[in-house]
Amino acid sequence: MGLKRNVSLATALRYKGQGPMLTFVLHRIGGLGMAIFITMHILASFVGGKTGAFLNNFYENWLFQIFIFFCVLFHAINGLRITIVDLFPRLIPHEREAIWVEWAVFIPLFAIAVFVIIRTAGG
Amino acid sequence: MATTKSRTLPLSKRGLNFEMFMWLFTRLSALGMYAIILFAILGALYMGARNEMSFADVLRWGFMPNVTHVQNTNVSDTAPWSTPFWRLTASALLLLAVAHGVHGLVVIADDYIVSTRGRQIVRLLSIIMMASMSLIGLYVLWTS
Repeated sequence: MGLKRNVSLATALRYKGQGPMLTFVLHRIGGLGMAIFITMHILASFVGGKTGAFLNNFYENWLFQIFIFFCVLFHAINGLRITIVDLFPRLIPHEREAIWVEWAVFIPLFAIAVFVIIRTAGG
Repeated sequence: MATTKSRTLPLSKRGLNFEMFMWLFTRLSALGMYAIILFAILGALYMGARNEMSFADVLRWGFMPNVTHVQNTNVSDTAPWSTPFWRLTASALLLLAVAHGVHGLVVIADDYIVSTRGRQIVRLLSIIMMASMSLIGLYVLWTS
């Protein structure tokens, strides 16, 4: 058990995987974020009472909503890209172009959502 | 390398073991969740969400069509939102999401835990987590 990297952490951080590497990292962060916080949300609804209310208030905080919506939206859009490319392997050579399309879809959608969340929080 | 032609083997030559099946399941369940979420959003619009709910509330309902997600909105009558039909839809989304998510956690853990014993423990924990979260989620969906 344990971490067995053949390179040092500093070298790993200097690895220039560019676009595909960035989507890989963000896909993991998004997936982990959803797994942890949606599990927490289900448990909060199950437990109820004071603990549940505390956890759900945290969940409904606008800052947290921006974070979790980033996780959900990025994971969903990147996941759709992975699904399409994997199910149609002819598209694999066009992976980098697909990632550009993905950002073109993600950025406006996320910007609209952040705008709506902040405006709702502002009242 | 854009010049390399991608090589694909037919499924019969590749063999279908459990990991291959889960690889396919991850992708197909993603499409399934997309379908259910779109279906729930269309259902919400059909039930009058356009006049009674904000965009954010429609999305909240879409990502999990549970009646508690519309209780804080201007929806006057929540009865059509808590029918067995929507509870079944939500259950399907929950089961797909839990299976997809727990398998994802196993894939991440496998990148860091390399010993056979460690991987066995990860798999045991994942099965426990999958079963318990499915049951707890179903309980919440059918009693709320």
